[in-house]
Amino acid sequence: MLKVEGLTKIFNPGTINEKTALDDVSLHLKPGDFVTVIGGNGAGKSTLLNAVAGVYRPEMGSIYLDGKRIDRLAEHKRAKDLGRVFQDPLMGTAADMEIQENLALALRRGKRRGLGWGVTAREKVAFREKLATLGLGLEDRMSVKVRLLSGGQRQALTLLMAILKAPKLLLLDEHTAALDPKTARQVLALSDHFIQDLGLTCMMVTHNMRDAIAFGNRLIMMSQGRVILDVEGDEKKLLTVEQLVKLFSSRSGEEVNNDRMLLG
Amino acid sequence: MEQILLGAVSLGLLWSIMTLGVYISYRVLDVADLTVEGSITLGAAVTARLIVTGGDPYVALVFSFLAGLGAGLVTGLLHTKLRIPALLSGILTMIALYSVNLRVMGMANISMLRMTTAYSIIGSLLGVNKTLSVIILGGAMALIIVLILYWFFGTEVGSAIRATGNNPFMVRAQGVNTDNTIILGLMLANGLVALSGGLIAQSQNYADVQMGTGSIVIGLASLIIGEVLFGKRNFLSRLLSVLFGAITYRIIIALVLRLGMPADDLKLFTAITVALALSLPRFKDLRDTLKVSMNGRKKHA
Ligand SMILES: Nc1ncnc2c1ncn2[C@@H]1O[C@H](COP(=O)(O)OP(=O)(O)O)[C@@H](O)[C@H]1O
Ligand SMILES: [Mg+2]
Repeated sequence: MLKVEGLTKIFNPGTINEKTALDDVSLHLKPGDFVTVIGGNGAGKSTLLNAVAGVYRPEMGSIYLDGKRIDRLAEHKRAKDLGRVFQDPLMGTAADMEIQENLALALRRGKRRGLGWGVTAREKVAFREKLATLGLGLEDRMSVKVRLLSGGQRQALTLLMAILKAPKLLLLDEHTAALDPKTARQVLALSDHFIQDLGLTCMMVTHNMRDAIAFGNRLIMMSQGRVILDVEGDEKKLLTVEQLVKLFSSRSGEEVNNDRMLLG
Repeated sequence: MEQILLGAVSLGLLWSIMTLGVYISYRVLDVADLTVEGSITLGAAVTARLIVTGGDPYVALVFSFLAGLGAGLVTGLLHTKLRIPALLSGILTMIALYSVNLRVMGMANISMLRMTTAYSIIGSLLGVNKTLSVIILGGAMALIIVLILYWFFGTEVGSAIRATGNNPFMVRAQGVNTDNTIILGLMLANGLVALSGGLIAQSQNYADVQMGTGSIVIGLASLIIGEVLFGKRNFLSRLLSVLFGAITYRIIIALVLRLGMPADDLKLFTAITVALALSLPRFKDLRDTLKVSMNGRKKHA
């Protein structure tokens, strides 16, 4: 489904701030793969997701989605096949627009926008149903401005917007890290539910090792712009946090930093 | 006094169309677009040139609008395709327009005295005086434009433009080319500003290459007065508040002039008003922190 080959991303090349954020990364996702991504701060996890989404142009390498080469496409052109949720709950929605207007923007992803209504009456009915699946009561507040929602509600809405059109690839970048533990669990459970339900292919960055083991069918670990571990299936299911920590230090040569990678 | 008030209302209506343009760039797109200073004059210049060469005054207004679209397009391209910061892009177009406007007019100013204007046509049709015909035409156009904008920003394209001003990152993630929405928004904004310039020139029977100087501040002042006095509940009421803000600004100016303020100080007065209005949130913060520390002191005492 996703084929990343020899991907290299260098920030500020040729300057004193030069930083190789991705160093010859190759990765192949099968349809339906749900990959959790872990790694220390600055390992290149976000850069990998952003390079796939087209926020940055890589210096080298290629990216194929469903057989189509996309690494030269502009960000908005790749968007039709991608769903994205970000760490910052403010980033995924338009704050001064209504819940239903945000959903309508997402529903038109990949379509030509014209002078038809931004939100139609029929769409509102469908949105109400979809919002109800979040279990947050947002279906009764569809004309409320997103600004008035809590971080968790905004993140759940962003998730719904991301999967509304059943994207070929769902990119979740620490999307529960900014939420309180209870809300984080809810949003994570919702994400898992949507991914299973729609059979989505997904990459989910998390700093919680236990979540990385519990969710998905495959786990990759990154360090210094490289993939240093890639396990799937039963091997992944049987992993323990202790093993992961050991693997991390032996393969990256770093110690696990407790602030960033939660062991529990 | 009544005459002064009517004059202020008529002027306010013509400038409200320009203020709607400023609303689109400053509030909807979240861009401080200085192109306005040049495009209002551009609208006036195009209209004046067409009228003195025997053109129809209404057709002239259409061309003013189109010219404004072009000015917005230039700023939009500079900003999005060449990645020049928005403020600087606007300044560049504004400066360039100064020369363009001189070329359009062929001189520094054009008088349209005793020539047929959009207002003189309405005046003789309805048998009303100049001020009333300005109010009728200006009011009708302002209202129609408000309704069109209300409709437009509810469409798919309009929603995408609004979202771009809110969160361009999210909009790109939803498959929208934000370069296009920014360009479109800037075009629409400057089209309205230039149309307003054409209407103003016809009302004063005069176009001057300097007339745009300070217009962005007048637009901002009107915008903020409208928001403070007439609230911002839903989108339609916001658009209408822009209109009422522009009229209120003109009434305030007429009053302070009548109270004896020298006309030369007008721009200083307007600038100070805008600076105060823009810093209102900061004053509120200060007041709140003061309150909190006072309360704290009371508790400790
Ligand atoms: N826009 C940018 N400009 C410069 N350096 C960046 C940029 N984004 C990320 N980096 C650098 O690239 C490295 C990888 O960052 P990132 O992918 O955000 O790490 P992670 O998400 O794994 O914590 C870090 O050293 C970071 O400082
Ligand atoms: Mg990151």
